[in-house]
Amino acid sequence: MNAHSKLWRTFKNNKTAVVGAVMALIVLLTAVCAFVIAPYDPLEQDVFHRLTPPERSHLLGTDEYGRDVLSRVIWGTQISLTVGFFSVLLGMVLGTTMGVAAGYSGGLTDSIIMRVVDVLLSFPTLITGILIAAILGSGLVKLIITIGIVFAPRFARMAYGPTLAVKEMEYVSSAKVIGAGSLRIITRHILPNIFGEIMVAGTLWMGTAIMAEASLSFLGLGVSPPTPTWGNMIKSGIDVLASAPWLSLFPGASILITVLAFNMIGDGLRDIADPKLRA
Amino acid sequence: MSPVPISYCREHGMLKYAIRRILISIPILLAVVTLIFFLVRSMPGGPAVAVLGDYASKETIEALEKEMGLDIPIWQQYLVFLRGLLSGDLGKSLINGMPIAPQVARVLPYTLELTLSSAIFGILFGIPLGVFTALRRNRMFDYVGRTLSLAGISLPSFFLGILMMLVFSVKLDLFPVVGGGDIRDPIDSLHHLFLPGLTLGLMMTAYITRTTRSSILNVLREDYVRTARAKGMRERIVIYGHTLRNALLPVVSLIGVYAIVLIGSSVLVEIVFSRPGLGKMMVGAIGRRDYMTLQSVMVVYAGLVVIINLLTDLSYGLIDPRIRYD
Repeated sequence: MNAHSKLWRTFKNNKTAVVGAVMALIVLLTAVCAFVIAPYDPLEQDVFHRLTPPERSHLLGTDEYGRDVLSRVIWGTQISLTVGFFSVLLGMVLGTTMGVAAGYSGGLTDSIIMRVVDVLLSFPTLITGILIAAILGSGLVKLIITIGIVFAPRFARMAYGPTLAVKEMEYVSSAKVIGAGSLRIITRHILPNIFGEIMVAGTLWMGTAIMAEASLSFLGLGVSPPTPTWGNMIKSGIDVLASAPWLSLFPGASILITVLAFNMIGDGLRDIADPKLRA
Repeated sequence: MSPVPISYCREHGMLKYAIRRILISIPILLAVVTLIFFLVRSMPGGPAVAVLGDYASKETIEALEKEMGLDIPIWQQYLVFLRGLLSGDLGKSLINGMPIAPQVARVLPYTLELTLSSAIFGILFGIPLGVFTALRRNRMFDYVGRTLSLAGISLPSFFLGILMMLVFSVKLDLFPVVGGGDIRDPIDSLHHLFLPGLTLGLMMTAYITRTTRSSILNVLREDYVRTARAKGMRERIVIYGHTLRNALLPVVSLIGVYAIVLIGSSVLVEIVFSRPGLGKMMVGAIGRRDYMTLQSVMVVYAGLVVIINLLTDLSYGLIDPRIRYD
């Protein structure tokens, strides 16, 4: 408890982390309350008000079908956070399982899993994502699976080292001596020890996952229109960039704010973890 | 003193290391190429259906599969593919039947000039910015530099590209909106390269500034820096002689990682600026379900990644004399 409250105090004193957390909270609230705060139905078309510049009735303007850009940006928040959260969660589960399995079992299993992980990690995340998305096809769930698979090797690398270290601890040997099975040792001794670090990494990679979602949707490999996502809104806005820049600018600004929020939390957490670097 | 000059040992050690490192790269490349081959083949429908459409008759599909060489067992197809790769043959496009290797050869220089120019831009601006922000830690310059670099890594490259296009092409009309220009005409090529290069270059600058800053801050806390200062050495020598060179090693290793991120982001920038390149070729191939072209582009990307990793590893020895390759 004491350690927790000390950690909380350090976090509170780190301005970057606090500003990031507040921004992330606002984004989260926007996503949760989308149905209340969005002034229009994001799919409702209005042919008489196509490509209207920002004005009082449409604060961020309308798109080529007369749909309200503000409402679409607000609903897009939901898609971005959903994909970000669940893809990181999936990557975390898959990757941690791989890393722990490799580290705990050792030998050939270790070599095979970790070589595959290294090969996947050496490849650009986006290009791996594009290939997997092309195989799986588009759609919300498939997008989550794609990004989850792309993130799994990162978590595997992260879980692997600590597993090797914890495996050699005396309490693990003692557990083995009293006859505990591998599953019990992994769930009772190894996972609780590496959980904290992996959770922190998960928070940091939320921003990257949201960026990956936007990039894949921008390439037409993510969630398909008419469902609003920031990526596909920018994609459809690029053709009318000169005459209606607001179609691309506002979803882009939303991506920037959201990713920045998570990166600020990440920077803050890193400073806290490494007191030498504390500003 | 050693009877053989140290420089001789280092060069020869490095050559041996380089050969060993290249030999290690071969099985890695083979593994990636194998993974790509089987992943592409696991795509729904299969290449013949992709060309003929979902309603094609079974006979037509079988005939086309035979023509494409898809009627033989998959391991034989794999061997044919590998044999082709060794002789530089990347197969033929499923859509227009044209050989893919010449198409890759035509667009590869565009991707290379884009990634290379932005990497150079990032190094030229990122390292000095990182040094200055670290030396002026917690002052105005540092806060501005840190905020901008944090924003730089949080901004998707395709959106930054759109902002550049909006300001410099649409509003100011200084640069062409789309295209890659004529690669043989240096002026035209540079004119088309400027905005996409600047987009990725700024992103790279943000990454390198952050890495350099934290690396410099780490080294400044080392005992030998304190000793150098205590000896009354001039601050200039402490920074440039003692700190910078030691701080650059982690930066070089991360420049390799960022170069790979850069190759990934170049796909998006090529699409935004409608610029010829591997990324545009890959996304086009996915749209047309041209699996052979997709597979070939992926293999070329894999080759680029292996080369970047190799160059990064070899560059350590050039900047860190402590590293011995034996």
